[in-house]
Amino acid sequence: MHPVRKKRIIAISSIVVILGLALALVMYALQQNINLFYSPTQIVNGEAPKDVMLRAGGMVVEGSVKRDNETLSVSFEVTDFTETVRIEYKGILPDLFREGQGIVAQGKLNANGTMIASEVLAKHDEEYMSPEIAEALKQSELNSTSSNTSY
Amino acid sequence: MLPEIGHFTLILSLFFAIALATLPIYGYWKRNLVLLELARPLTYVMTSLVFISFLVLAYSFAIDDFSVLYVSQNSNSQLPVWFKVSAVWGGHEGSLLLWVLILCGWTCAVAIKGENLPTDVRSLVLAVLGIVTTGFTSFLLFTSSPFIRLLPESPLEGGDLNPLLQDVGLIIHPPMLYMGYVGFSVAFAFAITALITGNLNASWARWARPWTSVSWAFLTIGITLGSWWAYYELGWGGWWFWDPVENASFMPWLAGTALIHSLAVTEKRGVFKSWTVLLAIFTFCLSLLGTFLVRSGVLTSVHAFAADPTRGVFILVLLFLMVGGSLLLYALKASEVKSKVTFGATGREAWLLLNNILLTTMTLTVLLGTLYPLIVDALGFGKISVGAPYFNSVFSPMALLLMVFMAIGPLSKWHNTPFSALLKKLLFPAAISLISSAILVYFYDLGVMSWISLSVAVWVLVLTFYDWFIKVSAGSKGIIPRAKTLPRNYYGMVLAHLGMAVSLVGVLFVSVSSDEQMVRMAKGDVSLLSGYEFKFEGVQHFEGPNFIADQGQIIISKDGEFVAHLKPEKRFYNARGQVMTEASIDNGLFRDLYISLGEDLGEGAWGIRIHVKPFVRWIWLGGILMMFGGLLSAMDKRYRKVSGARI
Repeated sequence: MHPVRKKRIIAISSIVVILGLALALVMYALQQNINLFYSPTQIVNGEAPKDVMLRAGGMVVEGSVKRDNETLSVSFEVTDFTETVRIEYKGILPDLFREGQGIVAQGKLNANGTMIASEVLAKHDEEYMSPEIAEALKQSELNSTSSNTSY
Repeated sequence: MLPEIGHFTLILSLFFAIALATLPIYGYWKRNLVLLELARPLTYVMTSLVFISFLVLAYSFAIDDFSVLYVSQNSNSQLPVWFKVSAVWGGHEGSLLLWVLILCGWTCAVAIKGENLPTDVRSLVLAVLGIVTTGFTSFLLFTSSPFIRLLPESPLEGGDLNPLLQDVGLIIHPPMLYMGYVGFSVAFAFAITALITGNLNASWARWARPWTSVSWAFLTIGITLGSWWAYYELGWGGWWFWDPVENASFMPWLAGTALIHSLAVTEKRGVFKSWTVLLAIFTFCLSLLGTFLVRSGVLTSVHAFAADPTRGVFILVLLFLMVGGSLLLYALKASEVKSKVTFGATGREAWLLLNNILLTTMTLTVLLGTLYPLIVDALGFGKISVGAPYFNSVFSPMALLLMVFMAIGPLSKWHNTPFSALLKKLLFPAAISLISSAILVYFYDLGVMSWISLSVAVWVLVLTFYDWFIKVSAGSKGIIPRAKTLPRNYYGMVLAHLGMAVSLVGVLFVSVSSDEQMVRMAKGDVSLLSGYEFKFEGVQHFEGPNFIADQGQIIISKDGEFVAHLKPEKRFYNARGQVMTEASIDNGLFRDLYISLGEDLGEGAWGIRIHVKPFVRWIWLGGILMMFGGLLSAMDKRYRKVSGARI
């Protein structure tokens, strides 16, 4: 074989091998590590799978935050103003966590439909609302107005 | 009156940018030397105008001119003066103005430093930078002017700077990052110029190299500072979150690293010519993409400024014009390039090719992970997020592989190195790194992954010194005189590679042997972690210039001996009504003790987060080494006597 061509083949095949390996890794990792977002309405309607890592979010319901007296366990409800879901978490909540504030939690749903969160995120800007929550709220608003008109 | 002057000079600078973007190119086309020579004076005037505009905004901040909307949103009369000045780039509009100012600064630097470049090359490079400036200045003026006034009803008090940004790290992090981001526009401009003139020989690579190295150095330190800031300011002890905006700065860094290496091959050996041009284009486009991701608010992130759809659309159009235009030019011109030189399968070219393949693949995987949620959402498959585990599991193996090859590359020679000779050199260092790290891993009871990573770090260390030793011990002169004759370029590389190894050690130990706990503590409670004793002495109340704070008092001791008294704070910023956690850290070269205060749980009890983080400083130490490496290699003597062939 012509030496130049041979080298080119070596170069190209190494590119193909590395890209292939990377692609396999990517596919595998994406399968494991993608977290879908569900709104409280979707969770209450049973659209969200149990025991799978997922994200849920909404506004924290006023007066729903309950703390344990001995440990750092805390539970609270989030709402999209149509349905509410209870979230349980053990640990320190972010600075911006407050009643009436939008939050996103990552965790798994248990059999009762309560979310056991491993992470709670609140955004670092007062006016900022995570796009997922904004969407969920808009969706639930739309649904309620459309159900009103159908009467 | 002053803000109007700032606004006016900015508008004026746009006209100069447009002139800079068009006249020299027209002059090149018409072979008109006068128009070509106009590029430099135009650059100087444009830069001065933008600088005036920037000064005016900074001055408005300094004197608390709340009649300017942007000032009233991002400052407050109670704010300490240095934060008032850094608040200039605390929001969207001002940071974009900083972007433009830095772009002008780079353009100016090319105009001054490019004294020895052929006239047409210099003028075309400046013109390309003028095109970029035109795009960004119009973006600034049409969608996000920082000089909009609130008249006649101007507020008496400003809304304050986001407390997260009231920090030294934030004074220097954005300028450094932008210096890097924007600096890649110079390499881009050289690449485009090479395409326009059709002269893709080694000289453009030589001209672009020092600029690329300096930008890379700035980007490196910018990212390092960002990581350090996130570590102590966000209060939960992480140093890298794979946040979309972090990725946005990381992708140009990866591509820029590839570019530095492929520029070296193109300059020295004249191969990879068209690839290097493409890479220069991609690197800058990734910087633009980063700007788009940050500014448009399409992604959920700590850095997302208030989302305004027109801004997103504007910058997306800008992005498409830049990418589309330069790729079109590339498609038209690059086919004319032929590499006449060949290279061997184990020569240095081949190792650097491997470097480029790996770095490009890494860039693509980060790009995919960052954009995947956007794509899925756009296709209507639901809202998803791609978590850090994705990036860790995809990125780490490739990074380790890259570092294995990184150490071999310098040992090989250009063109062809007999594989058996190379293998002979490598066997002993390989044995040393595997065995020594095995011993460490055994004694500290770490896992297989740690063994592999540690071996790689030692491997890089050993081979880098081994290579240096071979180079200085060859020939008849003594070691010291030989060491002095080695070029700065070489020492720059050594520093940067060692920096990678140092960072790897940091990342490794932080990942595998960090200890963390969240506890509920009342006054007098003691908590144990990693052999340290943390005693909570309650909370003291105090007032800062623009906040009130609760300061936790924690005494740390080990084996009965006093180690540190840490004072983590919970601050309440009056103007925004925002709560902030200020972590308190006892830092050391081999371990950090990190404490942040959670919530007040009532009855004198607080939630407290305690971290013990071994070797965490090494991550940033490596970044600093890499920065110095980049700067050192840019100062190589070879770049100073640039004369180059007349095009």
